[in-house]
Amino acid sequence: MSTTAPGAKSATSTISTPAKREITTKPRLSDKVFRGVATTGGLSSLVILGLIFVFLAFQGFQVLRSEGLGFITGSNWEVVQDNVGNTNLEASQFGIAAMLIGTVICATIAVIIAVPISVLCALYLTFYAPNFIKRLMVALIDLMAAFPSILFGMWGYFVLMPHAEYWAQLLHKYFGWLPFFKMDVDIFERSPFVAGVVLSTMIIPIITSVSREIFSQTPLDRIQAAYALGSTRWAMIKAVVIPYGRSGVVGGAMLGLGRAMGETVAVYTVLNLVYQINWQVLIGAGGNVASMILLKFGEAGPTETKALMAAGLALFILTLIVNSAANVIVTKTGGKGR
Amino acid sequence: MINPEDQDPLDKGSEKMETTTPSSLSSVAANAAAKKKPGSGALGVGLEARGIHAWFGDKLVLQNISLDFWSGTVTALIGPSGCGKSTFIRTLNRMHEFIPGAAMAGEVLLNGKDIYESGTDVTKIRLKVGMVFQKPNPFPSMTIADNVLAGLKLAQLKVANKDDLLEECLVRAGLWSEVKDRLSAYGGSLSGGQQQRLCIARSLAVRPEVLLMDEPCSALDPGSTLKIEETISELSSSMTIIIVTHNMQQAARVSDYTGFFLSDGGPGELVEVGPTSEIFSRPKDIRTENYVTGRFG
Repeated sequence: MSTTAPGAKSATSTISTPAKREITTKPRLSDKVFRGVATTGGLSSLVILGLIFVFLAFQGFQVLRSEGLGFITGSNWEVVQDNVGNTNLEASQFGIAAMLIGTVICATIAVIIAVPISVLCALYLTFYAPNFIKRLMVALIDLMAAFPSILFGMWGYFVLMPHAEYWAQLLHKYFGWLPFFKMDVDIFERSPFVAGVVLSTMIIPIITSVSREIFSQTPLDRIQAAYALGSTRWAMIKAVVIPYGRSGVVGGAMLGLGRAMGETVAVYTVLNLVYQINWQVLIGAGGNVASMILLKFGEAGPTETKALMAAGLALFILTLIVNSAANVIVTKTGGKGR
Repeated sequence: MINPEDQDPLDKGSEKMETTTPSSLSSVAANAAAKKKPGSGALGVGLEARGIHAWFGDKLVLQNISLDFWSGTVTALIGPSGCGKSTFIRTLNRMHEFIPGAAMAGEVLLNGKDIYESGTDVTKIRLKVGMVFQKPNPFPSMTIADNVLAGLKLAQLKVANKDDLLEECLVRAGLWSEVKDRLSAYGGSLSGGQQQRLCIARSLAVRPEVLLMDEPCSALDPGSTLKIEETISELSSSMTIIIVTHNMQQAARVSDYTGFFLSDGGPGELVEVGPTSEIFSRPKDIRTENYVTGRFG
């Protein structure tokens, strides 16, 4: 023992890698309190979302078990009642395929119409508009984004719908060879196309607002670099602003898509709900989950209400899927150009 | 009175003066007496600034600047921060007008023609008067090759052989050997000094007659700075170069002429201009002497 060299022990210990130390800090009371408050606030939205999901799943469970996969693949909605007025769950049919597909069709039409208009509007506001017009329009557009949807619905019904029907006729006349512009029945009123046009007016302000925000953040040094190379404004926008803002525009479009899918009242006023899958968007027969729930809710018995809850759950999941897909797209397109 | 540290670059500067074709640079009226006739070998006036005034809003920031820039020479603009050097060179390719509230008076003559004349296509002016900025600003969404050729696309120019132009510009900017194997990598993947040389290459691709450089080396390490200075010397034989710098050694190393700007709280003025060796060794104005010897600023 006493013969061991003083340095021997430490020499061996340096060879073996030491265990990783746990790094901790002792927070002060004020920090703990604030941490608690912030955590509560942050988690509450998640908890509320979770509770809605559980509620819908719980309420809709019975119908979902009875219908199975047919709930999202079938398109019949038929409530069979016995003599005393009780619903016969076995004999009734609840299928929302037409409604789900209709929801996606209407929202997609709305986004296809809204995105080009919104991007042009945002570019105009950011790079062309004189200051006073810019300030006025930004305020108006932000106001429009918060407008009650029934106002869009009413205006859409009384003012926009007749025009949209005319546009639909033009589309059919010149692009009727495209499968989704075909007309098997000659009804142009209250079609998914009309609903899409009305929805687009609702989501243009949202997409414009988000796009304008991202365009205005384009780094000045890149804009100047383009101009210093003799670029025209349009060429500068194409080379610098669009690549920089692309992911923001996609994000805005997905936000608009989300709103369009969940929109209830405006669609209810302008869309003819038909329980049959219809891909021909100009025909006055469409579907929309949220509008259907609104339509049926008032007169539904206990069992049908549960079926509507299940429909709500399906819409919830559909929205979740679309938003997750949007996130993936945003992260994938975001890397380039930033 | 010369700072010993400045001695070496100054000597280089004067050597350079001896080898360079004697040409001259006119200046404000006060310095007109110092004006020399351009020598026979001079390529002529590249760019003339006549009585330039500049405002931001109501604030006059530049007063009556008149300067001639000769083709085939490098002119350095020195002076303390806030004296209007950058504002001045931004009036030379009409980048000044991008700042909200900016205004100017005076004339800038390119080949004898006022670039502010009404009816002028400003994009054509900027093609002839290129600019390199303080902070490297390559387009991050484009590859190295696309960055160099970006000007052609932006200004809708046609060129017979893009690959030759690409190589030529990168060679002239001193970057070719470092990037020739990864031309399809993104511009943002280069180091700061490489990015700046990429920006120089980019501005060369549209074949400007004049190149404005606004403190091109201020964000770079000494090695990259040296490379860019070599690039400037290389380019100066064929074009007019105007460089704003805070680094007086740099001004002494790269420039043929030096202009000293100063603001005493009011608008910036051109105090003195002349051959670089004279500005650094025998300045006529006491303020220039104080500045170049490091007594203030």
